[in-house]
Amino acid sequence: MIDNIDLSLVDWSRAQFALTAIYHWLFVPLTLGLSFILAIMETIYVKTGNEEWKRITRFWLTLFGINFAIGIATGIILEFEFGTNWSNYSWFVGDIFGAPLAVEGILAFFLESTFVAVMFFGWNKVNKKFHLVSTWLVAIGANLSALWILVANAWMQHPVGMIFNPDTARNEMVNFWAVLFNPVAVDKFLHTISSGFLLSSMFVLGISAWYLLRKREEQMAKKSMIIAGVFGLLSSLMVAYTGDVSARTISKVQPVKFASMEALYDGKSNAGLIVFGVLKDADQKIGEKKAWEFAFKIQIPGLLSVLTGGDRDAYVPGLKDHISGNEKLGIISTAEKIQSGKFAMDALKSYKRARLINDTAQILAIKDAFKEKEFNEKFWRYFGYSSVSKPEDLIPDVPGSFYSFHLMVILGFLFIMIFSVALYLLFKGTISGNKWFLWIAFLSIPLPYIASELGWILTEIGRQPWIIQDMMTVSKAVSQISAGTVITTFILFAVLFTGLLISEVSIMVKQIKIGPKH
Amino acid sequence: MTAMISQLFLQHYWWIIVSILASLLVFLMFVQGGQSMIYSIPKNDIQKSMIVNSLGRKWEFTFTTLVTFGGAFFASFPLFYATSFGGAYWVWIAILFSFIIQAVAYEFRSKPHNLLGQKTFDLFLFLNGSLGPFLIGVAVATFFTGAAYSLNNMNQVRWATPWYGLEALLNVRNLALGFAVLLLARINGLLYLINTIDDEAIINRSVKGLISNSIPFLITFLFFVVTLLFSKGFAADPVTGTIEIEKFKYLHNFLQMPVVLILFLAGVVIVLYGIGITVLKKSFSGIWFTGSGTILAVFSLFLIAGFNGTSFYPSLHDLQSSLTIRNASSSLFTLKTMMYISFIIPLVIAYIWYAWKAINNSKITELEMTSEEHKY
Repeated sequence: MIDNIDLSLVDWSRAQFALTAIYHWLFVPLTLGLSFILAIMETIYVKTGNEEWKRITRFWLTLFGINFAIGIATGIILEFEFGTNWSNYSWFVGDIFGAPLAVEGILAFFLESTFVAVMFFGWNKVNKKFHLVSTWLVAIGANLSALWILVANAWMQHPVGMIFNPDTARNEMVNFWAVLFNPVAVDKFLHTISSGFLLSSMFVLGISAWYLLRKREEQMAKKSMIIAGVFGLLSSLMVAYTGDVSARTISKVQPVKFASMEALYDGKSNAGLIVFGVLKDADQKIGEKKAWEFAFKIQIPGLLSVLTGGDRDAYVPGLKDHISGNEKLGIISTAEKIQSGKFAMDALKSYKRARLINDTAQILAIKDAFKEKEFNEKFWRYFGYSSVSKPEDLIPDVPGSFYSFHLMVILGFLFIMIFSVALYLLFKGTISGNKWFLWIAFLSIPLPYIASELGWILTEIGRQPWIIQDMMTVSKAVSQISAGTVITTFILFAVLFTGLLISEVSIMVKQIKIGPKH
Repeated sequence: MTAMISQLFLQHYWWIIVSILASLLVFLMFVQGGQSMIYSIPKNDIQKSMIVNSLGRKWEFTFTTLVTFGGAFFASFPLFYATSFGGAYWVWIAILFSFIIQAVAYEFRSKPHNLLGQKTFDLFLFLNGSLGPFLIGVAVATFFTGAAYSLNNMNQVRWATPWYGLEALLNVRNLALGFAVLLLARINGLLYLINTIDDEAIINRSVKGLISNSIPFLITFLFFVVTLLFSKGFAADPVTGTIEIEKFKYLHNFLQMPVVLILFLAGVVIVLYGIGITVLKKSFSGIWFTGSGTILAVFSLFLIAGFNGTSFYPSLHDLQSSLTIRNASSSLFTLKTMMYISFIIPLVIAYIWYAWKAINNSKITELEMTSEEHKY
């Protein structure tokens, strides 16, 4: 029924998707945030009539344009790769997953691409107000498109609003609002767009700092810094808040990912929140899988229990609880879940057999079972476990999850400090003289990019082996093409994207050096 | 029964939406058609700059339409998305490649320090302009000529050749439609340049180009249409859904759906009319006729491919795996939800039209190329 899968095919397909996603995410956050910064700057221009603000807007618009096109180019591949590389997935959940992608195209992309043309070419062709509205619509369109793709991603992390149809062998949507207002989707959307705002603010702040260091364009630089400082501080606070909410949601809907983020093997009450730590090989293994322990750690005692369970006595389950089960907490062991998943798979196979020989009584009986609440809650929800061979395969890459999470959080707090200091110095009027701070701001430009990529790395590796949590593993989702084919396209994409990235950065740097036009 | 009727209705509704997007895409590929001539029409850099800037103001519409076409197909007929993309891998990847290089080429080509040099980015535009429409034409031709795949009982695709879709290039009918789409894109591209650029040399050469592209277009297009009328098709039994071969299926479709036949013929006539008034009467508005005709003709071809119980993606390897709008569609609930969302499409078209007019209300001139700040 489901063929054996070539593992190198799975790995290369994952690598190709990761490559595309990582490159795509180098460009998108700047579009999300810089579009709003442009809209704010242009609003000031239209309100005050001060030509200097128009000049400032147009300068940042040039940089926006360079970044915008390459984001689109990498985005189209992601959309199509669901079909080309994950075709089994595309069928299994296309009924739910396809809808947000289509809505994204109809509602958001056209808004963005139509008005971006007005934004670039309309300065002398349309009146000021129409141009300003266009700029705002680009910002709204860009962020709306982020909404829909994040709804789709959130559904993979926490599938809701659907039932399985054994006739078509796929999941079908029954509640659109549940999909849209999935708690993971709401958290993810707010966290992601605010991180894009933050990244863009750092971009504007850092480049402006460079102008101040070179003693060029001081008026423009300071004005830009005020916008970036305020927008950046608000965004970085929002990033911290939504990040906290996201982590709590993960602890409920993806507890294994949560335990991996904290490298928590043994569950406990009064669990401490790790500020940072270094992992080393533990002597013990879980099944055949290597385990990790802390070589050193800094932690705040009890805080993890408080954050997830409300008080210090709250028990935070560890990876071992999830693998071996914990009766007291009502956590079922993975081995049992695998058994339940196999039972669900057998039911589906029996159904397919009954259809083949046209055994009407059997068809009706199994179909009824698929509608029963008990069957769904006890067995079907673990369907994906039928293809998990060993319980320990459920544990994702612990160091990868742990380090990506903690580095991201540390950087997040650093950003709050940088924006606060920037605003303080701006209002004191001494920023031009503070070379050390200007250098910090300038050198910090890449940091939000790193934090943002780390966030996605955590999201995606932390949920392995699932492509859809508890329902489908990545190895079952992959298109059945030869591994050689995927290796070839991986190399082609890698060369092309890298070439385009270098070209993009080179153009961007040159435009910054040229500076705004007079 | 009501549910049955409405599911069937929605499958047809969504096929119509997908067909509209496909027909708009083929029309909007005038951008690609124009790009495929950036080495032949302009005779100096300023002329090339005018052409690239004229096309460059529209490339995002074509690109967005392609993305939306993909998204709408995924949402409404996910089994096609999974089957064709996951199987005919190389064809779709080649199409994607040709569009990635386009997206950056406009923005990067004339910027200093662009690493690869303007010549490379112009080559990207040329490659996208030539390969994009051709490959999309070949891929669409397989809606009629079929593809070598099978689906297992979990609806998972297995491709029957090691070429993962490239074998489509060996079928002369696929090639004919590929060339026809490319040539039509070039014709629309020329008509667009004539409409938007105020430069006599470019206009004169574009009119000449119209003639030299129209003749091979007619040959390849007629070859495809005539062979289509005589070819067998894959028909689905309306009750059981069993697929059977039917001789002259597409001819029957035209005759059994006379409205579609009228749309198709009207489309072809309007395409020719647009070319005719440009060549004979020196009109600047040929694009509006030929463009509308393109939309009508492509739209009706899509209806012929999917309506009247026809398999729109026939399997040459396993007859019963063939996809129809009934067996490949999303669930009733999803189709219905998506239908409500689709009601916004007229508003989208309205604002696109408004923004288009706002930007195109004056023609591109030599003067603008030397003064305009944001140019490609």
